[in-house]
Amino acid sequence: MKQVFGRPRVLNDVVMHYCPGCHHGVIHRLIGEVVDELGIAERTIGIAPVGCSVLAYNYFNLDFVQAAHGRAPAVATGIKRALPDRVVFTYQGDGDLAAIGTAEVVHAAMRSERITVVFVNNAVFGMTSGQMAPTTLVGQKTTTTPWGRDARVHGHPLRVAEMLAALYGPAYIARVSVHTPAQVMKAKKCLEKAFRTQLEDRGFSMVEFVSNCPTNWGLSPLDSVRWLEENMLKYYPLGEFKLPEEVA
Amino acid sequence: MMKGNEAIGEAAIVAGCRCFFGYPITPQNELPEYMARRLPEVGGVFVQAESEVAAINMVYGAAAAGARAMTSSSSPGVSLKQEGISYLSACELPCVVVNMVRGGPGLGGIQPAQSDYFQATRGGGHGDYRTLVYGAASVQELVDLTIEAFDAADRYRNPVLLLADGILGQMMEPAVFPDSPPLPPPAKPWAVTGASGRPRNLINSLILQPDMLEAHNWRLMEKFRQIEEREVRWEEDQLDDAELVVVAYGTTARVVRAALGAARREGLKVGLLRPITLWPFPAQPLRRLKRARAVLTVEMSTGQMVEDVRLAVEGRLPVQFYGRTGGVVPTPREVLARIKEIAGELAQEAGGRK
Ligand SMILES: Cc1ncc(C[n+]2csc(CCOP(=O)(O)OP(=O)(O)O)c2C)c(N)n1
Ligand code: SF4
Ligand SMILES: [Mg+2]
Repeated sequence: MKQVFGRPRVLNDVVMHYCPGCHHGVIHRLIGEVVDELGIAERTIGIAPVGCSVLAYNYFNLDFVQAAHGRAPAVATGIKRALPDRVVFTYQGDGDLAAIGTAEVVHAAMRSERITVVFVNNAVFGMTSGQMAPTTLVGQKTTTTPWGRDARVHGHPLRVAEMLAALYGPAYIARVSVHTPAQVMKAKKCLEKAFRTQLEDRGFSMVEFVSNCPTNWGLSPLDSVRWLEENMLKYYPLGEFKLPEEVA
Repeated sequence: MMKGNEAIGEAAIVAGCRCFFGYPITPQNELPEYMARRLPEVGGVFVQAESEVAAINMVYGAAAAGARAMTSSSSPGVSLKQEGISYLSACELPCVVVNMVRGGPGLGGIQPAQSDYFQATRGGGHGDYRTLVYGAASVQELVDLTIEAFDAADRYRNPVLLLADGILGQMMEPAVFPDSPPLPPPAKPWAVTGASGRPRNLINSLILQPDMLEAHNWRLMEKFRQIEEREVRWEEDQLDDAELVVVAYGTTARVVRAALGAARREGLKVGLLRPITLWPFPAQPLRRLKRARAVLTVEMSTGQMVEDVRLAVEGRLPVQFYGRTGGVVPTPREVLARIKEIAGELAQEAGGRK
């Protein structure tokens, strides 16, 4: 019998620590499938800095590096420059990438490092229990914006995909989500394009996942999906923001 | 003849370093500039990072991938690298970090200083770790210690620091370069290179269970103990009959050496102990002094190494201190005056005892 659905080979057969309904697990799975399908597992190196996904190294059966908060694009630069024929990806949250690590991601993109950034935007600092992130929506309640984010105090949220797409350096920038089966399929296509961009030496690639955090949003998994659709997607439109010609 | 900063660069290339990541700061700019010119010629990579934080994390990545990697900076920039150095040590990744120390705290100045001694010899970043620290006193020594630093970093899988200052970095002196490092770089089966034909490798410093982190820290400590046992280095100058022992390293040791000649000509029994490793600190020679009646520590700081000197003599001898700070370099005349002052006190004491 032909097996049509199973665990990607590069994902370990272990229970993930993510909260029920959290999209981190789905995103891991997509990476696993893409790495499997491209046949690059034996030359891929992943990097996960701190955040809820710091334990990603337990889930991927790949060479892995745990990095300091925000610094994964610099670590990836070091690896890729030392081993240019390997595939290097980072897996970063929004606190990580858009707050403490803004400089590192902007400059890796500017240099067009041949790396792939998987950016998981759940509009909060998940791991540290739900503080405001640079991506927190105006009005959104977090533990450090108890009355909702006030734009006069904390400014407006950062749209990372648009910001990086404005640079000359990146080759592929997309924003996707995994809150419906159809979106999961689209997201996988984009992720594959991002890895292909790197494999074909075209430059820096990033896929931003509009994700959820049911635990810190204080919502059930189902309600979190609804909230994502009604609020996050309005501010963070999905789509491809930058494409290398042939990959398009 | 070569400038100290450039000599470090060429020595690193001899040692097999092919990855350099830096960020401009005076007084070490000739080093990254040299690497930017030279590394492409030997198939290496130079990246000017967006900050010292990024540079040390690029080193972390390159070291994780198995490369001999280096970064250099000066005091404020080295402060920014500390989180990264802590991670490198925790993950047992080798690398070489050069600090061309300048006057601090804060932005301070750009003139020579030795005020990063505490930072360098106490780990510098967070957590239970140490780094081997060399303090060079000539261009030739910068060359030799750079090559040794790469070797030691690989041997112990730990960052190694090389300290000097703007005088040594800018100074032109003759230097001889070996053709190759004394030992070829070791195999690095732990490196992340893609899990091909072997189980995957992991570079990680997250250890959430206290008992496991404790075990990890004691294992690191065992390595640091080995470094203390095997790597401590110093130079002695006329210590055998010295009644006054001066302790100084780097540029300051050169100043003291000049004062020493004059003091000896005046019949004063003075010697010099020059630490070459700042950590591990050479306590042994201070513990086996026979004739010494006093110790004088001379530093370009308000008094940092002097604490290690005091720990080494364990109260057996009085320890005096002479320091200039903020980028002021002591002159041989000043040091000689201090030597004479102490020698006079010692003579008075001896007279009083008669
Ligand atoms: C230098 C440093 N500062 C702060 C922290 C604490 N910290 C750990 S994870 C995190 C934020 C994580 O948020 P995000 O990147 O959005 O990931 P998520 O958990 O939401 O997936 C912070 C602030 C740290 N580990 N290191
Ligand atoms: S805290 Fe939020 S981001 Fe973290 S695992 Fe739980 S739901 Fe996911
Ligand atoms: Mg987050």
